[in-house]
Amino acid sequence: MGNEKEALKAGIEQGTYKWVGTRPIRPDGADKVTGRAAFGADLDLPGMVTGTVLRSPHAHARIRSIDTSAARALPGVLAVVTGADFPELPNEVAAGGEAPINFRHISENVIARAKVLYDGHAVAAVAATSAEIAAEALSRIKVDYEVLPHVIDVLDAMREDAPVLHEGLITNGVEPAPTKASNIAGRVEFAMGDVAQGFAEAEIIIERSYTTAAVHQGYIEPHACVASVTADGAATIWCSSQGQFMVREFCSKVLSMDIGNIRVTPAEIGGGFGGKTTVYLEPLAVALAQRSGRPVHMVMTRSEVFRASGPTSGTHVHIKLGAKRDGSFVAGEMELKYQAGAFPGSPAFLGGMTGFSCYEIPHAKAVCWDVVSNRPKCAAYRAPGAPMASFGVESAIDELAQQLNMDPLELRLKNAAKTGTRTIYGPKFLEIGYAETLQAAKAHPHWSAPLGPNQGRGIASGFWFNIGGQSSAAVHVNENGSVSVVTGNPDIGGSRASMAIMAAEVLGMDLDQVKPVIGDTGQIAYSFLTGGSRVTFATGMAVVQAAENVVEQLRQRAAKLWKIDVEHVIWRDGAAHCTKADEAARAPLSLAEIAHQAGRTGGPISGGVSINAAGAGPGFGTHICDVEVDPETGGVKVLRYTAIQDVGRAIHPSYVEGQLQGGAVQGIGWALNEEYVYDAKGRLQNAGFLDYRMPVCSDLPMIDTVLVEVPNPAHPYGVRGVGEVPIVPPLAAVANAVSRAAGLRMTDLPLSPPRLLAAIDGAKAAG
Amino acid sequence: MAKHHVTTTVNRQPVELLCDTSETLLDVLRDELGLTGSKEGCGSGDCGACSVLMDGRLVCACLVLAVEATGHEITTIEGIAEGNTLHPIQQQFLEDAALQCGICTPGFVVAAKALLDRNPDPTETEVRFWLAGNLCRCTGYDKIVRAVLTAAAKMREEAVHG
Repeated sequence: MGNEKEALKAGIEQGTYKWVGTRPIRPDGADKVTGRAAFGADLDLPGMVTGTVLRSPHAHARIRSIDTSAARALPGVLAVVTGADFPELPNEVAAGGEAPINFRHISENVIARAKVLYDGHAVAAVAATSAEIAAEALSRIKVDYEVLPHVIDVLDAMREDAPVLHEGLITNGVEPAPTKASNIAGRVEFAMGDVAQGFAEAEIIIERSYTTAAVHQGYIEPHACVASVTADGAATIWCSSQGQFMVREFCSKVLSMDIGNIRVTPAEIGGGFGGKTTVYLEPLAVALAQRSGRPVHMVMTRSEVFRASGPTSGTHVHIKLGAKRDGSFVAGEMELKYQAGAFPGSPAFLGGMTGFSCYEIPHAKAVCWDVVSNRPKCAAYRAPGAPMASFGVESAIDELAQQLNMDPLELRLKNAAKTGTRTIYGPKFLEIGYAETLQAAKAHPHWSAPLGPNQGRGIASGFWFNIGGQSSAAVHVNENGSVSVVTGNPDIGGSRASMAIMAAEVLGMDLDQVKPVIGDTGQIAYSFLTGGSRVTFATGMAVVQAAENVVEQLRQRAAKLWKIDVEHVIWRDGAAHCTKADEAARAPLSLAEIAHQAGRTGGPISGGVSINAAGAGPGFGTHICDVEVDPETGGVKVLRYTAIQDVGRAIHPSYVEGQLQGGAVQGIGWALNEEYVYDAKGRLQNAGFLDYRMPVCSDLPMIDTVLVEVPNPAHPYGVRGVGEVPIVPPLAAVANAVSRAAGLRMTDLPLSPPRLLAAIDGAKAAG
Repeated sequence: MAKHHVTTTVNRQPVELLCDTSETLLDVLRDELGLTGSKEGCGSGDCGACSVLMDGRLVCACLVLAVEATGHEITTIEGIAEGNTLHPIQQQFLEDAALQCGICTPGFVVAAKALLDRNPDPTETEVRFWLAGNLCRCTGYDKIVRAVLTAAAKMREEAVHG
């Protein structure tokens, strides 16, 4: 095994791969450009009916009663459910993949019980024979609300006199534990060294507060599902999600059903970015299907997606950074206050773990607050929690560079984390490529290109852990020697292509003979969801091992056919070769020939592997952004953008570049335009694409990419996760560019024209 | 309420259907005709995922009432390829990896075809403004714009050399 690893590593260095690193057409491509690919809303079953949700018009209210009788009496209405139809779950925290999960909160978010906690919170659901009848039924449900005072802003929610969302919520992580309920769900602290000593050694200190707005993942496909329940109680769910096994587990909890009685088939997923790592409609659809005896089809409107599915936290971030005159960082401190939405569980702690991790800082501390308020429960969004903390840190570094009159790239390079650097959350980094991204940025023509009037250039870096975890893969050899590769992870951005490439590489066969398949929960063993930038790493590792297992079997079958010992058979270029001295002239046995004779040598050839992949390689990226500011309007135009990242090894470079480009543009939207806007009554004012205003094609330049490859030694081909890192740097890269162009330090996102114009005019007035 | 009888042409085939007054062209394409390649991302004409051609003109099917299709020729994503031969735009999207999740892709392909039918040699800026009505959240648009420009160049080449 050791030798094989060495050989693979040698392969990485010499670039001797046949498929890894090439750019073939993706296996699912033709269906996606012709409209045949079936997404969450596209399934049609005989007898299928429509499910619709009644949602709260109030930010915070007690439900005194719900009268569904008039709705039930309407012809065409087949079932109505409310919170009373769902079991009460214990208030306990279970281990999740990236963050702990409290199923009581998941359940109460799926459908409200005693109180509604945000505008859009589900209150009841109806199944009816048509969408018109379902809509009419919703209008006939009478909910008696006692409207309560509400709170939207994170700092307001932390005040002593704030309206309390959860009467039993006692702050976790504070000693001694408070005796009174509040909206502060938890406090977490990370620290290394002694920050007081560190700041005493500092010769210059930058200290500032920053804010970011709540933003939505913005996937173009609304949440959608179909559920069907047979007379004996077995449920089948077809839905778009980031994990069919996650949907099965969450539904089993929320509905108190046996996991073995639920089968989930993954539809094609039309974007997720973390936002489809939980359930909203699925338990409602199952409950309606149980009661109606019909398959129930549910699709959110875009307004429902904005009002009731997970955005990520708006935040208040305070940063203090101390350095020597030569630019060496000596101390860093951050306090993070993150909106969790209506239930605890913001990614504040992940902000605390990642914010300083690009740098060697001897004394560092991060205090992270998780705060509930009357907003939708936040869901994961691409590197959850990291972009906001990083925005503060990378802005402070830019300001430090300005005050020290240093090049901001050189300042980062001087302090860059490297192999052996200790992180604030404990472990030391193994092989990482952060400094390499800075070197690549320095060498890129973008970094030295001239700028015009009102233009500015920003640079910022970002870090994300990346994860591994539980994955399964099966490689089946067909009768003609072609191969099926079955995995349990929805393909959200081209992962079928990388699975096929890795299998073809191991088997030494033609790529077009490898067909990747995403199995349902009954067809492949458990796999943790598609998230954490884990699929190409962890599921890819399972595919490689399953393919290696098949190679072993192929060698044995060849040995059997040749009637020689398996030691004398090697696998090369998709065929068995005999190495026995006196028989070396034997013609190789191809995969097709061995497959064809499988019935004579022991039966079908198939390899299945389930692993818990360890050793995910941390990811680092550095982005450069040029903007032009219009001093008359406060408008910002992004002129040029370059995203550089250590990707370990790009299995299919086009889709890796695509991750960098897409993440960068989501970050640009976060920096410049996107935000949740609430009115005085706590109702979301911009629950549509027109008013939420994500970046469109004409807002942007090309997004240049540089793939730095510092292989991850824990993966057979050197893969690191790549999907999440690219959304970490853009917030500060854009803000630093705008700050330099306008000659003002901009600390509050989004940098929308009115905000920037007010800052420019304010600075003018101040002279 | 009585349904409306609509006679129209979809992807070069004559179609008859019954619909309610409030039903959109997108509703009937997806629910009555089984043409689910046109996607509903917003229902308000903001995302372009339901882009179709109406007598060659680019429209959002969610903003057209089904009854308005009467007597017109509708082309959906399902009608862009010739049988199993992909349109050059579709082929270029594949070669340039111009899609990730693929939900917006049908709308982009239809919108790009509408552009190149009118303007076979657009600039990058013209492509970006023409496609500004189509949202993509995965790609950052870079590879989409490149694919459209490359497809346009290949189609011009084809037109000259046949």
